[in-house]
Amino acid sequence: MASKKYDLVITNGRVIDPALGFGKDAFVFIKDARIKKIEVESASVRNELKSFDDSQIIDASGKLVVPGLIDIHVHLREPGREGAETIDSGCRAAAAGGFTSVCCMPNTTPRIDNQETVKFVQDRAKTASARVYVVGAITKNIEGKQLAEIGDLVKMGAVAITDDGHYVQDPNMMRRALEYARMFDIPVMQHAEDKYLCDGGIMNESFQSTRLGLKGSPAAAEEIAVLRDIALCRLTRSRLHIQHVSTKGAVDAIRQAKAEGLRVTAEVTPHHLVLTDDEIGKEFNTNLRVNPPIRSEADRDAVVAGLVDGTIDCIASDHAPHTDEDKDCEFDIAPPGMIGLETTVGLMKTFLIDKGIMSWADVIRKMTYDPAHILGLPGGNLSEGAPADITIIDPDKRWTVNASKFLSRSKNSPFIGYKLSGKVYKTIMNGKIVFE
Amino acid sequence: MSRLSSRHLLGLEETSQEDIQLILNTAETFREVIDRTIKRVPTLRGITVVNLFYEPSTRTRISFELAEKRLSADIVNFSTSTSSVKKGESLRDTVQNIEAMKIDMVVVRHGSAGAPYFLTQCMDANIINGGDGSHEHPTQALLDMYTIRKKYKKLKGLRVVLVGDIKHSRVIRSNIWGLKTMGASVALCGPATLLPYDVEKFGCDVYTDVDEALDGADVVNIMRIQLERQQGGLFPSQREYANLFGITKERLKRLNRNYTIMHPGPMNRGVEITSEVADGKNSVILDQVTNGQAVRMAVLYLLSGRKGEEE
Repeated sequence: MASKKYDLVITNGRVIDPALGFGKDAFVFIKDARIKKIEVESASVRNELKSFDDSQIIDASGKLVVPGLIDIHVHLREPGREGAETIDSGCRAAAAGGFTSVCCMPNTTPRIDNQETVKFVQDRAKTASARVYVVGAITKNIEGKQLAEIGDLVKMGAVAITDDGHYVQDPNMMRRALEYARMFDIPVMQHAEDKYLCDGGIMNESFQSTRLGLKGSPAAAEEIAVLRDIALCRLTRSRLHIQHVSTKGAVDAIRQAKAEGLRVTAEVTPHHLVLTDDEIGKEFNTNLRVNPPIRSEADRDAVVAGLVDGTIDCIASDHAPHTDEDKDCEFDIAPPGMIGLETTVGLMKTFLIDKGIMSWADVIRKMTYDPAHILGLPGGNLSEGAPADITIIDPDKRWTVNASKFLSRSKNSPFIGYKLSGKVYKTIMNGKIVFE
Repeated sequence: MSRLSSRHLLGLEETSQEDIQLILNTAETFREVIDRTIKRVPTLRGITVVNLFYEPSTRTRISFELAEKRLSADIVNFSTSTSSVKKGESLRDTVQNIEAMKIDMVVVRHGSAGAPYFLTQCMDANIINGGDGSHEHPTQALLDMYTIRKKYKKLKGLRVVLVGDIKHSRVIRSNIWGLKTMGASVALCGPATLLPYDVEKFGCDVYTDVDEALDGADVVNIMRIQLERQQGGLFPSQREYANLFGITKERLKRLNRNYTIMHPGPMNRGVEITSEVADGKNSVILDQVTNGQAVRMAVLYLLSGRKGEEE
């Protein structure tokens, strides 16, 4: 006998929904791919369970039941670099990492700067194991010279615009982008690194770059870029989102802009929250090459503090797959970027929660409600009637990051071999189990 | 001690005092070979050494080549200006192909910092760093130290000034580590635009005034200033560089009486060093070149026969 009233129930888990301020042991009932109700244990709930078939019950004893996680900064590489990742493989990696929604960046080949490419990605994503929201390009071909047809992109479903990977170097172009985007009430997401100050730098400029003889990119390259864009945000009254904040100066600037009431939001990556440039040692591990580069301890501490005090709104992985062929080379010619979808939860548990810096509820909020809010995405909460996007986390599960276990097509993670605590147990997207 | 603690020579940062001592002492015995009529010993007979040069080099390559020949090694030269950036064959494929030809040792010169370490991960051969990017050039610093030690019979307590492009110089980095390990006091001097970030963390005195830097020093090791740095906007002109940092006879007055002038070459006479200084009686610039062979012979000898050893 199977329940007809519900399709699925998640029992005995600790349900955390920061959006609703909910944090109790409870049962989550799902019907028609939507959350039907959440109830704490009672005789009537126990009674109701009797009508369920075993296959309809997910026992989440000892687990956390949270809204499906949202990552607003992911590179899916399709179209163009399917050897590194496809929409399908990237979404399987997302599901394995507990993410039910991802926002894909437009620096594919061709770029996502036109309706056809948006449509292509959306079509491919229909059968994928995560929801894919498209972020379109700010400028045509991400060249920084001419605005992309942003109205067209938004009409097709783009949720924001960015030239990610490249800073919109021309301040007047950035001003126009902010003004234009305001018509559609979407944020302009900026990869904030002044290219002249970066000057081809391949790691953080520090004693570490001095010692290794690697060309450094100074924190000031990011700080100047952020400060300029904040000034433009003040000028245009538009919405600005700073991607992958990595320096203390950038955090301070954003904190001040928020205090002033400007519409600025920001994200930080797990690697900038966890790593410092001391990691780049004599092994010259190319998986540590990333833009913006991993920074000093003071910067790392500042981005952690910024996340804790709300200056930084959300955690985003900047999942950037590269093939072994592309990364197995000299450090200075390796392409920048590291994968992150499948390690984010474990890293945040191990390095933030276990160290007493943040609670589970705070971390979950930064990976659900807050990113959803920035981009106006559905989901990110467990309210009645919301889509049944749910992540179940085994909070103390110990595991070792193993390259051969990644579902991503690429293995370029600097965390391979790390012993982490906290792992995704099951992921439910649109009422269906997409990872277990 | 008659054995190095590593079977590669990647840099001096991680090389111990005992190992440096051993290399310099061993070089002493090979130095004598170079002065013989028949400058050849059978030490490396049957050993194949590949000189893998991804950057143009004249003196380092010739110095290694002669050192290998004098040790009776079989040698192969592989020079290419094509870096892997240009997407030919990857570095891993290139060196694995070379290793498949059954070679024993590789001397590598490469524009990328860390390339010698990368080679240790690709092959079993002993790797000798012949200069990697702006990272290290250990045999140059060893021959510099050998030359200093030969004159003063010690390194400890000497004051050595390194003048030039501190930011981009691998020779300077290797000299800093080596000299500090051996107990010398090291001063660095160059234009502020060519001092790398947090340079004082090397534990050296840092100067932008060359006269101050030279005060009371025993040794001045002068680096070539490259024209491309001027083109990159790091200093205004060679003329101004010569005025501010050029080592002239006038400036030598500040040095200790028994001072020594060094330069790893190639020199820009009239820019970082005047001819008067380069050719003066305290210059050991050509001795450096001769000693370089002995030091490289010592390194080759000490690392040979240790292929495939566990690290």
